Amino acid sequence: MIDRDEVLHVARLARLQLSEQEVQAMTGELSAVLDHIAKIGELDLDNVSPTSHVVEVTGALRPDEPVASLTREVALAQAPAVSGDGFLVPSPQA
Amino acid sequence: MSAAAVEYEPVIGLEIHVQLATRTKMFCGCELSFGDPPNTHTCPVCLGLPGSLPVANARAVHFGLMIGMALGCELAPRSIFHRKNYFYPDLPKGYQISQYDEPLCSGGHLGDVRIHRVHLEEDAAKLVHVGASGRIHGSDASIVDFNRGGTPLAEIVTEPDLRSGEQAREWLTLLRTTLRQLGVSDVNMEEGSLRCDANISVRPVGTQALGVKTELKNMNSFRFIERGIRAEVSRQQKLLGEGGQVVQETLHFDPASERITSLRSKEEAHDYRYFPEPDLLPVAIEQAMLEEARAAMPELPAARAQRLEQEVGLSSDSAHQLAFRADLGDYFEAALSAKVDPAPPAQALANWVAGDLVGRLGGDDGEGAGGGAGGDPNHSRVQASALAALVGLVSAKRISVGAGRQVLDRLVAEGGDPLAIVQSEGLEAMDGGEDLSAIVAAALTANADAAERVRGGNAKAIGPIIGHVMRETKGRADGGEVTRLVNEQLGL
Repeated sequence: MIDRDEVLHVARLARLQLSEQEVQAMTGELSAVLDHIAKIGELDLDNVSPTSHVVEVTGALRPDEPVASLTREVALAQAPAVSGDGFLVPSPQA
Repeated sequence: MSAAAVEYEPVIGLEIHVQLATRTKMFCGCELSFGDPPNTHTCPVCLGLPGSLPVANARAVHFGLMIGMALGCELAPRSIFHRKNYFYPDLPKGYQISQYDEPLCSGGHLGDVRIHRVHLEEDAAKLVHVGASGRIHGSDASIVDFNRGGTPLAEIVTEPDLRSGEQAREWLTLLRTTLRQLGVSDVNMEEGSLRCDANISVRPVGTQALGVKTELKNMNSFRFIERGIRAEVSRQQKLLGEGGQVVQETLHFDPASERITSLRSKEEAHDYRYFPEPDLLPVAIEQAMLEEARAAMPELPAARAQRLEQEVGLSSDSAHQLAFRADLGDYFEAALSAKVDPAPPAQALANWVAGDLVGRLGGDDGEGAGGGAGGDPNHSRVQASALAALVGLVSAKRISVGAGRQVLDRLVAEGGDPLAIVQSEGLEAMDGGEDLSAIVAAALTANADAAERVRGGNAKAIGPIIGHVMRETKGRADGGEVTRLVNEQLGL
């Protein structure tokens, strides 16, 4: 179960503005998802290690060797706003 | 303070972020740079563009293992990365890739401070705030430079074992020396390759439970850390002493005004919703990686101190002084192995390195050693072999201590060969022959009062007499020999 306050808290952390209708819908849907997941807790899992990844592959590391970076022009071309040689963003604490 | 007043003791833990000296970023092949033009080292991965996939840097893991070994940590056979979610313009993905409940290294200690954990993560980009004031508040826009974004970091977290700002500074000096010896980082605070946050609380002396803590952020020199901690501890002690309560918050220390201000408001309390990073595979530490890290381990300060004490025969204080400042240790060992005749005794040489030489070069806390050559004798004009020769001459009493210091002044200013300076300046010690006897006799006549008091049993009264002789001989006379002659001529 998840209550309305928790939905609003998570929405705020995710910077989502939900309408009253959406808050109600989310409260129901998220609760259903969480209740379903909670079913796993009914099983005896003492001897099962948590599965953080679905594939049992490890050790994929990259050698510490430089590869070419993007040019600044290409990098900045992706940005909605640019100023001089950087990405322009609203001030985080304005 | 009245007898009934409660005394509060500080409880301090540190979080240290260390930029690793790899060639490329943590999760992509962009080259690391300091001072290059903005946004010239980026790619889809470190810009957080959709569809890009991170791959961990093997050398960053290697460096992480070396740090873990140096701090005596338990190395996880398998560790995973997590996403730490928060919004800030220096973080293009909306999360930082970090480690959470399965870090690379756990436990351990450095000196008498326990290590909680060491984990790997990526650095944020650099934000430049623009606006009328130039400060973060009131500026309307910011510009992001992603060159630094994605730089590999090792975050070292201590247990709350520190009890003062001074102790924190000393311990950080040891940590920095250790990291520098490992070669895993430039550990340069000015360039931000070593950054430190302090978690600070106070509790009534004699109790065990931790008080409410505050986090003092991003102090950029060891001296500021010491002062910042001291200021925050007294703020909390005063607050509690007046019946108030400490509020958990993130604080900023302004070293200019010694003022502490709150950085983030409470409603933005940390809630990072960590979850395992699905784009990165777990890191399995194989035997070969452990062996490679072990083979790369240099002698660390604690081991060096032990060797200098037990094998070289230095006092414990000298051994630690030299070992905990690697530049001094290296210089001392180079001087000790120099072929000079007469050879200097190790302890005398250590005293000259850590005392007279460092005193003349400045930078006695090693603070400057990370940046410029400030205080590093290896970058001075005094060759290690020259200092060895000088200390050899002093120890063999070929020149007096005072004359030795004069020679050192010259060496620091101009470099050169101590013996040549001694000869050209006529600084050879006077033996206890006729000349010195005559000067002592003259000094006794000129300081008749003092002479009378020495004769009467006041040994301290000898000062002006020795001073007189030293002036007459320009410091060339041996102090012990002068004392002997004074006593002899006074019939003592």
